[in-house]
Amino acid sequence: MLNNTYLMLIPLLPLAGFVLLGLFGRKYFKNSSGIIGTILLLASALLAIYTAYQYFFQVGKVNGFYQKIIPFQYTWLQFSEGVSINMGALIDPISVMMLVVITFVSLMVHIYSLGYMKGEERFSTYYSFLGLFTFSMLGLVMSSNIFQIYIFWELVGISSFLLIGFYYEKPSAVAACKKAFIVTRFADLGFLIGILILSFYSGTLDFNTLIERLTSPDSSQFQAAIASSFLGMSALTWGMVLVFMGGAGKSAMLPLHIWLPDAMEGPTPVSALIHAATMVVAGVYLVARLFPVFALSAPEALTLVAYVGAITALFAAVIACTQTDIKRVLAFSTISQIGYMMFALGVAGYGGEAGLGFTASMFHLFTHAMFKALLFLGAGSVIHFIHSNEMKDMGGLRKYLPVTHITFLVACLAISGIPPFAGFFSKEEILFAASQHNQAVYWIGLITSGLTAFYMFRLYFSIFWNKAPSTLERARGEAGEGGFVMILPLILLAIGAAFAGFIPFGNFVTSDGKSFEPVSHWQFSVLPVALGLIGIFIAWRMYKKENNLPDKISASFGGFYKAAYNKFYFDELYLFITKKIVFNLIGRPAAWFDRNVVNGLVNATGNTTEKVSTKIKGIQSGKVQQYGLYFLVATITMAVLFIYWWK
Amino acid sequence: MLQPGLYHILFISTALFFIGVYGFFTRRNLITVLMSVELVLNSVNLNFIAFNKYLWADKLDGLFFTIFIIAIAAAEAAVAIAIIINLYRSHHSIDVERAEEMKF
Repeated sequence: MLNNTYLMLIPLLPLAGFVLLGLFGRKYFKNSSGIIGTILLLASALLAIYTAYQYFFQVGKVNGFYQKIIPFQYTWLQFSEGVSINMGALIDPISVMMLVVITFVSLMVHIYSLGYMKGEERFSTYYSFLGLFTFSMLGLVMSSNIFQIYIFWELVGISSFLLIGFYYEKPSAVAACKKAFIVTRFADLGFLIGILILSFYSGTLDFNTLIERLTSPDSSQFQAAIASSFLGMSALTWGMVLVFMGGAGKSAMLPLHIWLPDAMEGPTPVSALIHAATMVVAGVYLVARLFPVFALSAPEALTLVAYVGAITALFAAVIACTQTDIKRVLAFSTISQIGYMMFALGVAGYGGEAGLGFTASMFHLFTHAMFKALLFLGAGSVIHFIHSNEMKDMGGLRKYLPVTHITFLVACLAISGIPPFAGFFSKEEILFAASQHNQAVYWIGLITSGLTAFYMFRLYFSIFWNKAPSTLERARGEAGEGGFVMILPLILLAIGAAFAGFIPFGNFVTSDGKSFEPVSHWQFSVLPVALGLIGIFIAWRMYKKENNLPDKISASFGGFYKAAYNKFYFDELYLFITKKIVFNLIGRPAAWFDRNVVNGLVNATGNTTEKVSTKIKGIQSGKVQQYGLYFLVATITMAVLFIYWWK
Repeated sequence: MLQPGLYHILFISTALFFIGVYGFFTRRNLITVLMSVELVLNSVNLNFIAFNKYLWADKLDGLFFTIFIIAIAAAEAAVAIAIIINLYRSHHSIDVERAEEMKF
């Protein structure tokens, strides 16, 4: 059996860190708060790894299937017989995998921040926010109930908001955190409506029951959900599409991606943790969590997932090729890679070999967490050294930052899908699944794969090669890498990025819980790897040495380059819609109505009262005998009325 | 000997009541106002006694009520005099016209 206490401690330890450091950090743990947070998280990570070991190798597998275990659960809000919001834990392969990923990356970020955030004014606040985030994210992946996941979903949203806006003196950071919050909140509206639709038809909020009821064609709930339709789609499909909208907002899928690049205003380790490895994959996780319903009952919604994912992947990759802020390149690369995971889910079927896409998606989530966190932490080291985010301020840094250089290279090779690094294995699986199922998506994925290699090596060469070291204006005497605490996470993550691909993921994480051995198709791998190598080669030609080739090429693309550089004007489009259309058509009339009608009513009431009372206040004269007179007159009047009129 | 009838007594009590009311509204001295109130109360007492005697001679309810009213009047006088004393302390006067701060 799984040990419940250990399991509960995994999320509760970071929560304890949040409460402790949040309440007392500033006063009592000014300098030690980082150590406290890190130790709590270390304990949590060890417990998570222990749980994973127990689940995967000892108790999880029954009759060849990995079970969905609910180790504990209690009823929080009982609405009616059978419908309740429960708080509990759901342990299955994906949640256990996520536990390990989250605690591990979070631990790396905690350690790294010891160096990166050293001397920061709000050091303890920073660590308490990290604790809050880790707690919420762990709660999210362990949720056994769709409403519980929604609660933690909002909690990660708020902790992301707090951490993006950590440098609240910077107006751009404030704007970015507001943007992130509003955009994801807007998407969560869809999620909430989706939850309501699904729970209305299935009559439950519990994940296992919900999935069971909505996937068996004989159940009355399924029949009802299929039968009622709106605008040509069944209620069930609508529910799943709306749930996916929530996931798309959190995971920065195409129309809702605008918040993620701006979220880079936060401290770099935060970007590594939240906006690369964990929170942004929550949307993927959500789709994976409800995957049986998607695959068996709402294939249209799943097709939508596939296309949104694929288009996002390509779109973000194109933008990433043009950005000059290194964190923004990484942000768009994250969007692109999450698009990969999404379309991998979209092209998967349920059960057995057909579920390859599901396995591949989770595999890519796992490897991506490793190499993307590494890329961000590496970028953090560079920024820490240069004090700038712009690529043009960098170049030739391999002399100054040797460890960062090597680990960054490993991560770039991994994300480009060069064997034998981690990204190769997961990406090949994804592309193979796509090629089996949907050619259009496969080709988009393939092109994206080549672009990925190009922009990652553009980044790599621009940072570490390009200019001669001596031309670096800000070459400084001090050692650049920020000491042991900033190097250790880089090395550990680089090990992960290099070797995580050898984990036989199909043995552990599959759509239906049954292990299978993905067949390797080396002939198939030739094309993506070749494209990756071509991408790297082009980047090498363009950025290895300082030259005017990049300018020439960008000029030859003309308007397209400019559009991509400006992120295809999505921000402007949103501003146009909100400012020009929504504000003018809804906001202004509403404001007018509020100012004139609502305020008018309130003011009229006040004015009338005031006028009337000025007129009649003389009655209250303070003279006792006058009051007596009123009383007498009233009594006599009433007496007369009663006697002669009332009868 | 001529017995006074109910109407005689009612006439006296009504007269007493309106004398009291008149005094209540015209006097400025609070003690006199208090005395006027006592007159009003006593006119009511007189009514009770008269109705008891002439209409329900075999019952005692009217008498009991009178006794209650006398007791209450005594208590009320005590409270009223306490108020008057306090008023005198703060205003150095017991003129009702002078105590009119409690207005709009």
